[in-house]
Amino acid sequence: MFFSILLYVSLILCGLGLLYRLFKWFRGRIGQRAKNISTAKRILAAIRGVVGTVFSVKILTLLKVFVLDVILQRRIIREDFLRWLMHICIYVGFMLLLVMHALDKIITSKLFTEYYSTINPFMFLRDLFGVIVVIGLLIALYRRFILKVPRLSTNAMDFYAIIILVVIMLSGFILEGLKITSYKRYQEMVVDFTATDDKGELKALESYWVKEFAVVSPNRDLAFDMETLKLGEKMHDMSCVECHSNPRWAFGGYAAAILMKPVARGLDEADAVNVLLYIHFIACFIGLAYLPFSKMFHIIATPVSLLANAVMDENSDPANIATRQVMELDACTHCGTCSLRCSALAAFRALGNVDILPSEKMQHVRALVRGKRLSDVQLRSLQEGVYICTNCERCTVVCPSGINLRDLWFQVREDLVQKEYPVPFMLTPLSYYRGLMRQVLESEHYAQPLNRAMSGLTMKLDEIKKNDIVLSHSDIDSAFLTEIGLTADASTYAQCFSCSTCTTSCPVVSNYDNPIDVLGLLPHQIIHSAVMGLKDLALGSRMLWDCLTCYKCQENCPQGVRVAEVLYKLKNLAVIESKELREEALAGSAQI
Amino acid sequence: MRYALFLGCTIQSRMNRYEVSARAVMDKLGIELVDIRDFNCCGYPLRNYDFKSFLLSSARNIALARSRDLPIITLCKCCYGSLKKADHVLGVDAAIREEINALLAEERLTYEGGEIKHLLSVLYHDLGVQALQEKVERPFREVKIATHYGCHALRPSDVVQFDDPSNPRLFDDLVEITGAESIDWSNRLECCGAPLLGVNDELSMDLMEKKLSNGKENGADYLCVACPYCQLQFDRVQSMMISQRGENSRLPSILYTQLLGLSMGIDADALQIEKNELDISSIKGFL
Repeated sequence: MFFSILLYVSLILCGLGLLYRLFKWFRGRIGQRAKNISTAKRILAAIRGVVGTVFSVKILTLLKVFVLDVILQRRIIREDFLRWLMHICIYVGFMLLLVMHALDKIITSKLFTEYYSTINPFMFLRDLFGVIVVIGLLIALYRRFILKVPRLSTNAMDFYAIIILVVIMLSGFILEGLKITSYKRYQEMVVDFTATDDKGELKALESYWVKEFAVVSPNRDLAFDMETLKLGEKMHDMSCVECHSNPRWAFGGYAAAILMKPVARGLDEADAVNVLLYIHFIACFIGLAYLPFSKMFHIIATPVSLLANAVMDENSDPANIATRQVMELDACTHCGTCSLRCSALAAFRALGNVDILPSEKMQHVRALVRGKRLSDVQLRSLQEGVYICTNCERCTVVCPSGINLRDLWFQVREDLVQKEYPVPFMLTPLSYYRGLMRQVLESEHYAQPLNRAMSGLTMKLDEIKKNDIVLSHSDIDSAFLTEIGLTADASTYAQCFSCSTCTTSCPVVSNYDNPIDVLGLLPHQIIHSAVMGLKDLALGSRMLWDCLTCYKCQENCPQGVRVAEVLYKLKNLAVIESKELREEALAGSAQI
Repeated sequence: MRYALFLGCTIQSRMNRYEVSARAVMDKLGIELVDIRDFNCCGYPLRNYDFKSFLLSSARNIALARSRDLPIITLCKCCYGSLKKADHVLGVDAAIREEINALLAEERLTYEGGEIKHLLSVLYHDLGVQALQEKVERPFREVKIATHYGCHALRPSDVVQFDDPSNPRLFDDLVEITGAESIDWSNRLECCGAPLLGVNDELSMDLMEKKLSNGKENGADYLCVACPYCQLQFDRVQSMMISQRGENSRLPSILYTQLLGLSMGIDADALQIEKNELDISSIKGFL
């Protein structure tokens, strides 16, 4: 009764949770594209899309993907056999346990009229399936904590998933072991199924079960001579064998029974069987009720993602793309494959920003889309992490959940660069892909963050130029270019004798009639500012960011000044300065 | 001849036809390409932002190839320039090398120098002009090609050591092997404009437009490039430019591996000629 109520409660919670999560797929918004599409419109578009696909030839694609990618998990085996083995063990084993063991009253007993959980093949199979899951779990623990697969990190969500499965499986096996050793259980069965009342015969049966099947009896006067055991076996054949196979067939539970034998008597007295039963059932119910909000939700979202991406492309209904994109966040299992293959991974190592790794920024993006407020520091790190991406698409190609990460990053990036502060990384070739994609963005939306980044970095020079400031000694910082890790290249600036060959050979300068107005300072003026130690001038011109890095200046310099390298160095310094300014501003606002 | 093929990011995602045509050509030339799955970005897009990120990216790739005892072959001029630059810096600066190696050690890698070559250098120097010439079965006739060198292969010349930076011949000779005429044009060593796309699109297109007009004025039928960034610029970005600024300076571009492949008798479909946005299939008429 108690368990039935719990079961229904957790089923209802699970159902409501699922509905809530599904509803969220239609409500969440990522990127500009999703801005003006209502939830109702998205639900209708999804129904239309699903019906349209199912009743078209695309159903064949869906079937193929379902078999190869969902059932057989081709995408995982392509990446890593051990991981595939782990996952297939856990999910196949668990599914079989669910169908044959957990739902035995609903499914197995209907299919097999002779079904009894204590007879073979069912008794053996239950343990086999359970051991398969345990093998999978052991591989999972091994990969995470011993092998330490590169860039596979473990967060709270992963811990929960592993713990709930471990508790369910362990409690199952211990419960089975306890039942095998339990004298109380043995007596119950004797009362229910034995055809004799003869004390001698009952004693012989008990001796037989104690000797053969690991039952732990409190009786000290049991005889184990050949004759008694023979009689016991006869009684066993008459009363038990028909609906109870040899407990050794439940090899997992039997092993647990042997291990627990020394303490089995005490445990039986303490009614440990019931305690374990509660633990096992409640763990299952928690797993069920919490499923929609845990990593386990991927058992629904990931197949949907694989199937949807198999039949959708960039020309699909924007309403459906918007929905798919939110759904994909739930399909991520934090498996780390994307981060293993990420082209920008060296930047993660050098800058130490974990959000550069796709599997990690995914967690923050998900929190953001689910409406969580990130701190300013988190947001800034996510902003940088999402932008430091070479758009090589490898994450999308390898993702075992079939998530279109390329498009996700593109949309999230657009949301994040619209925040109200300049982001210097936009003024690098990392913006190349954005430039190619500008047709899909509104022109104002496209230009604004770029302008903000540029004016943020050139603000000081603009100010100086506007106001005709007379520079004083305090503005001079002769060491600024040598302060941090001066490379041999950058130090060559000191050899400049201001012939301006760099400027005359620059294709960017010659593109303009009045280059100084557009570019702020010209290459030779920048080098000269560096020579004089005028940091604000050297770091503040637009020329730095409009530099093609074609190296013509450097190639033509008669003095061997590595002009392009100096400009690179100045850009790096300007980036650091802009980060520092931003941090100061943050600290300032925190104080207020 | 065996090389570790360094594709970089752009070819894998946006210029697949360069990989396909390069593999077809190299296969026929008997040059073996080894794929190293662990390669990452060369670091080029990170240089404006953070030097160390750039350096570590390149160093990791060089170390990966070295650990397999293979020279790197790049198809991209920007990858080539970046790997060469990093190799140079790490070679001369012991302090930086130590710092980078400490980071690489976490993956049991070490930077110990490496050999980095661009596809064109491999064809010109390692295979040799003579050997290449012998493979040309169907030379082009009367087609004028504006050969585009690409900045990051040529300069800084002391680091990249590709060819004479003020008067290079290597690429022109390779184009002429196919029977095409490599024209003389004043803008041939200028930048395609790609590095500024996404940062300053107008400037990027201005520079490209000048280059296209100059090529056209000098009678070119096509541009020829050996870099995915240059090709994207002269193809996809050019077609964006045409829709904004008109057809005046239209000059379609072909990848060198496609040009060479056609002259070697490889089928146009196998070279994915039809994948260009600006149609270049008419070049088959010059065979």
